[in-house]
Amino acid sequence: MSMSRRDLLAAAGKFIILSGAAQEAMESATGDLAPDSKYRMAEHYWAMTIDINKCIGCGNCVKACAQENEVPKGFFRTWVERYEVSGDDLEHPRVDSPNGGMNGFPSIDKPADKAFFVSKLCNHCAHSPCVQSCPVGATFESPDGVVLVDQKYCVGCGYCIQACPYGCRYMHPTKHVADKCSLCYHRITKGLTTACCEVCPTGSRRLADLKDPKDPVHDFLRVNKIQVLKPEMATGAKVFYKDLDGSVR
Amino acid sequence: MNTGVEGFMYPNEMQLQWSVLIVLYPFITGLVAGAFILASLARIFHIAAVQPVYRLSLLTALAFMMVAPLPLQLHLGHPERSLEMYLTPHKTSAMAMFGFVYLWYLMVVLLLEIWLDYRKDIVLAARSSTGWKKWLYTALTLGSNRIDERSLHVDERVGWFVTLIGIPSAFLLHGYVGFIFGSVKANPWWSSPLMPVVFIFSAMVSGIAAVLLVYQASCYFRKRPVDMPCLDTIAKYLFYTFLIDFSLEMLDLVHRTYESSQSFRTLDFMVHTRLFGSQIVGQIFLGTLIPLALLLFTQVGKPSEHIRRTLYTLGAFLTLLGIFSMRWNVVIGGQLFSKSYLGYTTYKMEFAEREGLLPAIILMILPFVLLWIMVKILPPWQEQKA
Repeated sequence: MSMSRRDLLAAAGKFIILSGAAQEAMESATGDLAPDSKYRMAEHYWAMTIDINKCIGCGNCVKACAQENEVPKGFFRTWVERYEVSGDDLEHPRVDSPNGGMNGFPSIDKPADKAFFVSKLCNHCAHSPCVQSCPVGATFESPDGVVLVDQKYCVGCGYCIQACPYGCRYMHPTKHVADKCSLCYHRITKGLTTACCEVCPTGSRRLADLKDPKDPVHDFLRVNKIQVLKPEMATGAKVFYKDLDGSVR
Repeated sequence: MNTGVEGFMYPNEMQLQWSVLIVLYPFITGLVAGAFILASLARIFHIAAVQPVYRLSLLTALAFMMVAPLPLQLHLGHPERSLEMYLTPHKTSAMAMFGFVYLWYLMVVLLLEIWLDYRKDIVLAARSSTGWKKWLYTALTLGSNRIDERSLHVDERVGWFVTLIGIPSAFLLHGYVGFIFGSVKANPWWSSPLMPVVFIFSAMVSGIAAVLLVYQASCYFRKRPVDMPCLDTIAKYLFYTFLIDFSLEMLDLVHRTYESSQSFRTLDFMVHTRLFGSQIVGQIFLGTLIPLALLLFTQVGKPSEHIRRTLYTLGAFLTLLGIFSMRWNVVIGGQLFSKSYLGYTTYKMEFAEREGLLPAIILMILPFVLLWIMVKILPPWQEQKA
């Protein structure tokens, strides 16, 4: 069979692109590290910080996450909620999140006293109810503090979804396994940040390594008033919010 | 997009995880546990009046037990991986032990007790029958052909011991199912230490009601008179266990109402709107207050036999409706509100889908088919035993 130089280059290009994509997809699905990875799990403990005042509700994070992780339509590994609170009525905030805030938010006709955006994702809890409840151990916490799902092992019972107090999990409509934010494990183990943090235009979201003494997270936690979502659940949530309003749930 | 959403739900909450099949799961295991407890009244507590339904109760329990895992299998996203629960159970999971509790109850308690109780009949049938029946009964003897007095005495003693173990096992089976729900701290509708206890008593109620109906139906089809002292005794136990069950549920309700914690308004609103039909009408009014009133009347009014039978039948039907509604309200109700406590969704049941109404109906008919087959192979009738 004869092959022109042009055909050879095209075939080689396809091979390089496809093999890279296949490897990427494999790592994305399983969280496995490449054999030659220099990443050491024991040297990291991942978390995230979110500055409420910096979030402008643009939805870039939701879009980037969906694209990066092939999140099925109608489901969200991360999403943005808009809160409107009137006066002292903290118990009845008006909340919306159209399409997870992916395309931003419509304008408000009658503005409340205050309004703000809260972006959400898996809290990668240290005492995670989803990890506790998984009957086969398909959901687990990695040594570097990321809660992951082994999609080749999950039986698809949905118990972890019931157990998550934050609504962060969903049943993947075609894979029929539990799915959720992996903190872009395939990226952070290569020294990159998460897709959502990468595209956040205001720096509201920041990936944090609690084991890295030089990480700005330590200053962030020391200087600011910090809260986690639903602290009464005692899940050891590791998404830390600055200036989180009492009406947020 | 789920159009039945009102208020705010977290975006991933639009999809209900657990369907009508998961409603069937606690309903069916409840019937198993309840029917077994009724059988144990005759065996352990020597309540002679319920002796006519002893074997029928055991077979009823077994028929439902054989179907119990099917709704779970149908529900799983990957049923082919369900064996992993046995092979690599995750010890911290409240759900992981189901397979073991199920196997313990099926193999060690139910099958063993039924086999021991029927062994003499099986051996005699193996000797007297011909053709495929002979093969069947010979296989069922499991090679144990001695039916002398000493062997039967051993059967009796071991059977008694198995029943003794069976009572806490029945409690474990259904209390465990209650714990699967009651231990979910993320869900205020489920999270309660009372849940396993309520499940145990509601199981007894439903199992006793089911056997009451099955026994009457068996008498009707066999054209035999109903043993009224037996029926009266079953109805009496149904009434008392139902009172305890109702008291526990009311305790839960009063506690929640008085505490009025963060989730209360949401749950209260849900009960008065989306769950009104199944909770207020189905579970409390039709399924609890009316059958309790009917049973109370039979206890204190001493009506005629015919009226008693009619009221027992009606009461038992309504009781089963009430317990089914209770399972529905727990499983479906627990998913209709947002964990943000700011919104509600709806459950739209499919029909001929994997988790739809049709499979649910088939799964509820299947135990009766199995019971019919088992009754043909192992007749439970007292007059034949005598």
